[in-house]
Amino acid sequence: MSAYNFAYLDEQTKRMIRRAILKGLAIPGYQVPFASREMPMPYGWGTGGVQVTASVLMPEDTLKVIDQGADDTTNAVSIRRFFERTAGVAVTEATVEASVIQTRHRIPEEPLQAGQILVYQVPIPEPLRFLEPSEVETRKMHSLEEYGLMHVKLYEDISQHGAIATAYAYPVKVEGRYVMDPSPIPKFDNPKLEMEAIQLFGAGREQRIYAIPPFTQVVSLDFDDYPFAPTKADHACDLCGAEDSYLDELIVDDAGGRMFMCSDTDYCLTRRKAGHIGAQGVPYEEASV
Amino acid sequence: MTPLLQVEKVSKYYGRRIGCADVSFDLYPGEVMGIVGESGSGKSTLLSCLAGHLVPDSGAVRFDTRADGLRDTVTMSEPERRMLGRTDWAFVHQHARDGLRMNVSAGGNVGERLMAVNARHYGEIRDKAIDWLGRVEISDDRIDDRPTAFSGGMQQRLQIARNLVTGPRLVFMDEPTGGLDVSVQARLLDLMRGLVREMNLSAIIVTHDLAVVRLLADRLMVMKDGHMVETGLTDQVLDDPQHAYTQLLVSSVLQV
Amino acid sequence: MINVRNVTKSFTLHNQGGVEIPVVVGASFQVAAGSCVALVGASGAGKSTLMRMIYGNYLTQSGQIIVGDTDVVQAQPREILKLRRETLGYVSQFLRVVPRVSTLDVVAEPLLATGHAKAEAIAQAAALLARLNIPERLWTLSPTTFSGGEQQRVNIARGFAHSYPALLLDEPTASLDPINRATVLEMIQEAKARGAAIIGIFHDQAAREAICDHLIDVTAYAPRSAA
Repeated sequence: MSAYNFAYLDEQTKRMIRRAILKGLAIPGYQVPFASREMPMPYGWGTGGVQVTASVLMPEDTLKVIDQGADDTTNAVSIRRFFERTAGVAVTEATVEASVIQTRHRIPEEPLQAGQILVYQVPIPEPLRFLEPSEVETRKMHSLEEYGLMHVKLYEDISQHGAIATAYAYPVKVEGRYVMDPSPIPKFDNPKLEMEAIQLFGAGREQRIYAIPPFTQVVSLDFDDYPFAPTKADHACDLCGAEDSYLDELIVDDAGGRMFMCSDTDYCLTRRKAGHIGAQGVPYEEASV
Repeated sequence: MTPLLQVEKVSKYYGRRIGCADVSFDLYPGEVMGIVGESGSGKSTLLSCLAGHLVPDSGAVRFDTRADGLRDTVTMSEPERRMLGRTDWAFVHQHARDGLRMNVSAGGNVGERLMAVNARHYGEIRDKAIDWLGRVEISDDRIDDRPTAFSGGMQQRLQIARNLVTGPRLVFMDEPTGGLDVSVQARLLDLMRGLVREMNLSAIIVTHDLAVVRLLADRLMVMKDGHMVETGLTDQVLDDPQHAYTQLLVSSVLQV
Repeated sequence: MINVRNVTKSFTLHNQGGVEIPVVVGASFQVAAGSCVALVGASGAGKSTLMRMIYGNYLTQSGQIIVGDTDVVQAQPREILKLRRETLGYVSQFLRVVPRVSTLDVVAEPLLATGHAKAEAIAQAAALLARLNIPERLWTLSPTTFSGGEQQRVNIARGFAHSYPALLLDEPTASLDPINRATVLEMIQEAKARGAAIIGIFHDQAAREAICDHLIDVTAYAPRSAA
């Protein structure tokens, strides 16, 4: 533990990042540039999220890390271990117990509470990037609220697929001002972006931090005749029977057998512990024996 | 009658070199003005200054805005100027790829300006796009194709549709027929003439092709070394040129 | 209707040593509504030059050329354009059009420019072309491919499409056969009858005598004769 400063980053860096976070919270949805540091993991593995987490973490915090909703995937396990070692904080897989949750590509099903912080890993923070390659131009567009281009992307979706096919990283407008990329969460999660907890977004390679303060209005962009609709697989979880959670589809044998299960592993487990059983599930006690 | 555009002593220098100097003229609604001159004569610099792409070092470019009448576009705020750029103004580039989004479908290209002024109904945007593609003679079954799949002449027509869909009042054109086959040029010229008349557009067309201005422009300005050397009715300047340079220019045109 | 007062014109050829060539000196005449005046004089005497000055195609150095209530010599380009659109028609010897535009559209254009509905303009253009014996199968083609006589008739149809109060006709019957020539003369008579002031150049002496009320010998305004 003494080999590292608390949470790996030095205090000056954390202070710099906290300033960026505070600015981000003050201007919801605005991308604040920050001096992203080299981290002991490759870009694309959550270096932005890790730096934000490191800067908000306190010794008394309890940390949860998820990747696509799961606590037990490589990325989640490595980052959780990283902070266990460098910060010595308590860790958990239970959403309700965590004070800081770092996530990649999901928002937990369990509604977050005041006092919790959700930290997103962001690959490309600029929602206009794929249509306008110039950073100078996109910044100008943000500052002048010229967001027609964002709808061009949705228009292209409808013209090619007959519906807005964008299923993840679905653009939102924050508090009626900045258009923001919510990171590659499924659009099923978009309505949850209006929540009680603080949401912080960190893009390490792109060196941007942005934020959504609690109770901020977050509207998914759409057309009058093609309104936004959150979608999920039309199925219930085969393990816990939940009908309201976002599902992963799993091929289970060579005969094309499939099963759907909650992408949020903690949510699924909590339900199974409470006695809910899905179509292909078994009672929790039996499974753990 | 208020001029639509009032240009007063516009000058732009590149270091000590003259881009354009002391250019003044009034453009009235429905007028089409051609600017001719050889390469380096300052015509493109002037066009950029007028369209707000370059900031002139001195002078005023007053535009008759819908809300407040004549306003100097040089000193107005950038958001206002950019707003003009996507509503009352249009800019047709010489190279279609400078004026189009090549990775967006034809319909998306035409619809962008509508969405930029807050059109939020897909069906209506699409109907308008189809209408405009028709007006520039692009069949509606090409609406979902990208401009990369279009010929040069089609790209240029698409660029015109994209620019005119919001009903601008002033169109800037930089060598709109440059680089096109003569047969394609003729069709484009006829199209532009029709649109100018139907929409009562005013236009400023920079070109070095005297045949193009004769067919398209009511008035002509001749530039040399950054200065306006002669101006007048197009056919009068071409048939009875007064300045030595214009006489040289007109007499240098090859006869077919 | 048309009032030319003491006008002077010279060409300065900057690229040929700045030679100044005077072409018209002190020309003055008037044309009343409903009358036709022929400009006569030897070739090179300045008939066409004078006509182009009235149309605003050539600059006039001094004097006044009043057409309706516009002084062409002083007018701004847009005033001349308005004059040409509404008041002053011109049938030149040459047809100048956008390539590939149909003959019907070429003839209908002056009507569209004065705000007529498309269908009405096209109908009127068709009637004029029929009257001037342009075969209907040619109407949808561009006149650039037509014979000289056909082009001239298209030019005449275009010049007569709108009922201009003043008309300039430069050799309107030059390359026409007797039947079409008679039709054109008839159209000029009709224009006179409805009150148009007409200035024409006719090498065709019979035509000149048939429709013109006065002759103006431009030789009188040529600098040579003044000397």
